[in-house]
Amino acid sequence: MIAYLLAQTIAITGGTVYPVSGPKIEHATVLIRDGRIAAVGTDVAVPADATRIDAAGKWITPGFIDGGGQMGLVEIGAVGATREARMDGDTIAAAFNVAEGVNPASQLIPVTRVEGITTTLAAPGGHLVSGQAILLDLDGATIEQMLVKSPVGIVVDLSESGKDEGGGSRAAVAQHLRSAFRDALEYERRRVDFNRGQIEPLAASEADLEALLPVLHGQLPLIAIANRRSDIATALRLAREFKFHLILAGAQEAWEVAGDIAAAGVPVLVEPLDNIPSYDALGVRYENAATLARAGIKVVLLENDTHNSRNLRQQAGNAVSYGLPWDQALRAITLTPAEVFGVADRYGSLEVGKVANVVVWSGDPFEFSTGVEHVYIRGREIPLTSRQRELLERYRHLPPAY
Amino acid sequence: MRPSWFLALPLIGACATAGAKPATQAPVPSAAETTSVQRPQYSSTYRRHPSPPVVIRNATILTATGQEIAGGSILFRDGRIVSVGTTVEAPADAVVVDGTGKYVTPGIIDDHSHLGVYAAPGTDAESDGNEDTNPVTAEVWAEHSFWPQDPQIPLAIAGGITTIQALPGSANLIGGRSAILKLVPARTVQEMKFPGAPYGLKMACGENPKRVYHSRGPSTRMGNMAGYRAAFIQAEGYRQRWDKWDRTHQGDPPQRDLRLESLADVLRGKILVQNHCYRADEMAQMLDLAHEFGFRIRSFHHAVEAYKIADLLAREGTAASVWADWWGFKEEAMDGIHENAALVQAAGGRVVIHSDSPSGIQRLNQEAGKAMQAGNRAGLPVTRDQAVRWITANPAWVLGIDSIVGTLEPGKMADVVVWSTDPFSVYAKALQVYNDGWLVYDRSDPTHQPRTDFELGQVPAPGGDR
Repeated sequence: MIAYLLAQTIAITGGTVYPVSGPKIEHATVLIRDGRIAAVGTDVAVPADATRIDAAGKWITPGFIDGGGQMGLVEIGAVGATREARMDGDTIAAAFNVAEGVNPASQLIPVTRVEGITTTLAAPGGHLVSGQAILLDLDGATIEQMLVKSPVGIVVDLSESGKDEGGGSRAAVAQHLRSAFRDALEYERRRVDFNRGQIEPLAASEADLEALLPVLHGQLPLIAIANRRSDIATALRLAREFKFHLILAGAQEAWEVAGDIAAAGVPVLVEPLDNIPSYDALGVRYENAATLARAGIKVVLLENDTHNSRNLRQQAGNAVSYGLPWDQALRAITLTPAEVFGVADRYGSLEVGKVANVVVWSGDPFEFSTGVEHVYIRGREIPLTSRQRELLERYRHLPPAY
Repeated sequence: MRPSWFLALPLIGACATAGAKPATQAPVPSAAETTSVQRPQYSSTYRRHPSPPVVIRNATILTATGQEIAGGSILFRDGRIVSVGTTVEAPADAVVVDGTGKYVTPGIIDDHSHLGVYAAPGTDAESDGNEDTNPVTAEVWAEHSFWPQDPQIPLAIAGGITTIQALPGSANLIGGRSAILKLVPARTVQEMKFPGAPYGLKMACGENPKRVYHSRGPSTRMGNMAGYRAAFIQAEGYRQRWDKWDRTHQGDPPQRDLRLESLADVLRGKILVQNHCYRADEMAQMLDLAHEFGFRIRSFHHAVEAYKIADLLAREGTAASVWADWWGFKEEAMDGIHENAALVQAAGGRVVIHSDSPSGIQRLNQEAGKAMQAGNRAGLPVTRDQAVRWITANPAWVLGIDSIVGTLEPGKMADVVVWSTDPFSVYAKALQVYNDGWLVYDRSDPTHQPRTDFELGQVPAPGGDR
């Protein structure tokens, strides 16, 4: 709770505020008190004890939320000892929640948050059912302090990469998932028989079946990675059959079936700069995010490279280049992910009462020429330092002064 | 190695005059007259596409020569830049392009690509980049893996790329020869080979080569160094034997060895060393190796720690071909920083922003912009002209073709990109791409958006549905 104890009253004054929940406000003040947003507007009274930040000419937005990646779950990609996002040996790893794998001391966290990303999904990977994804604030000495929500969804892989454990065929993947869902419901109906051993073997362990029940009761979303148009259709079909709340992820060919996705009311997590054709998705293209948004689908943008989660800004800028209106691109990395991950009551916009994740930018946050001037997470001003910035200072003049 | 180039001429002539007549086989000099080493070695068949003269008017022209021209015009014809400036006379038959509000740069050059050798879709069948059967495979040539129908090629063209160096992978200490290619639609790699470009030789330090071989090759960094040295010791002897025989023609010629032939040409300065190397201390080791054998390392590729030895690189005249921000995917990449390029620039070094990625190659302008602005914010000012050079003139130098391409100057090859706005903006898009004067890409005209055979019928056309 260190962050809360240090929280104070901060007034960011005179900037252009993009609350996201409403139109931008020129010459406005954002007042932060005790880790929350206390006021936003042009006629905000600044308390005498407030720390004033002059933001004239600056842009103020909610902290950005990355709808993908494995923050805290990987330090060095090639070093297995530093990877925590995959549980070995369980094809239906529904009970595997990544939270206790998170390293709050990860060097990736400062590197990312000094670029204005304050919150991120941390998702498990591998297998048919990968496990439970969580949402993290990029500040805190402990896992508990970082957690925004756990779990936010259970991840399943309906793409080419899920096939190996699904039996080598897309058809088998769907069949395996149906078996797991049916067996979870069967397990729920016949817990007593299960405990007495009077039941045929089920498709997954007791813990994994138990973990699937909130999905099957519509209480927890299923985040389905699906890229090929037909795999997206399979995800929609399964969602109809089992009446669960679906989130599509990856969704490279989603633009081809935007109408179906919109009709189902399913949100989509996409990486805008994704256009290399594979046999999983020959139709992948830059216009995906814009096409989906035009169809009325809730679009969340993500950056898959966890080390460069900071490039979420560049992803958003490119989504704009390929047709997504600027305001919608901003929403796709703030309020929409908050809605899709079920935390919009606390996150995603600059509204009174919300958690004070706030960024002050020198200009348009998607532009390379723009720098981050201040970052607040839960009302705490984040020092704009990282291991990378220490390396810069050490080697700014050669030879370095060791 | 010692090709008798004049022999190539009758062959080309035979092809060119064949016309619609029934094909006849061109004569091949009999084995008694020449040996393989004396014949043309996999010649370029690149031909300039016939194109009308083009004048682009009233644009901001970033020439990559230190000059930025507001309200400028550029005229090119027959594949050559004729004039660049504020007042440019154009012939009556010139196509006039309104550049108002637009920016013009030289064609973008990526000195580190695996297009065509790791083609999409990324299957085992199309994985042709690492001949990981031996730690030293200087005998393999990337052009013999290159697939001109790689659907990633049109994507790169749409990003303003006009020339690439297609490299073998980094599994090996010495991975083989690179191919310097004009990025134009073509049936064969020969039709893409940049005329007159020297070959590069891919070498790799660090984690990759020591990881791949273990018991049958190097498993340590000291093993890596011993491997390079052993190879170049052999190459020294080979070079001496051939140079002597070329002088005297006494006795039988030495036995030809493709591996040593490549390395001997490195020692002769004819093949440019392109060295994958991340860590500062390892780059310093490689410079020692180069001194031991008397060759130059043209560029360290990836070089995430170049900023730690920027002074040394500037002194040696070795370029640093870097990403704007990749880091952390392996231990030797842990110290990558945003300001790498700007720090090398500030020390007087030669910076290249490269891609090593079929995705990144589509926006080298953005990556250069990101690295430039990181420098500016850190108090390491980078001019727009310097940043343009990072993706044009400097990679042209790394590939040894800087007298032909890389800047917008009269006489240079007309590789020209028209951008929708400042190319270092996240919102910039290449609107038109001219390669050797040929409009290979026009964002507003589907008839100038090349598609590979692979895409036909299975990859929906840009802007279209299935």
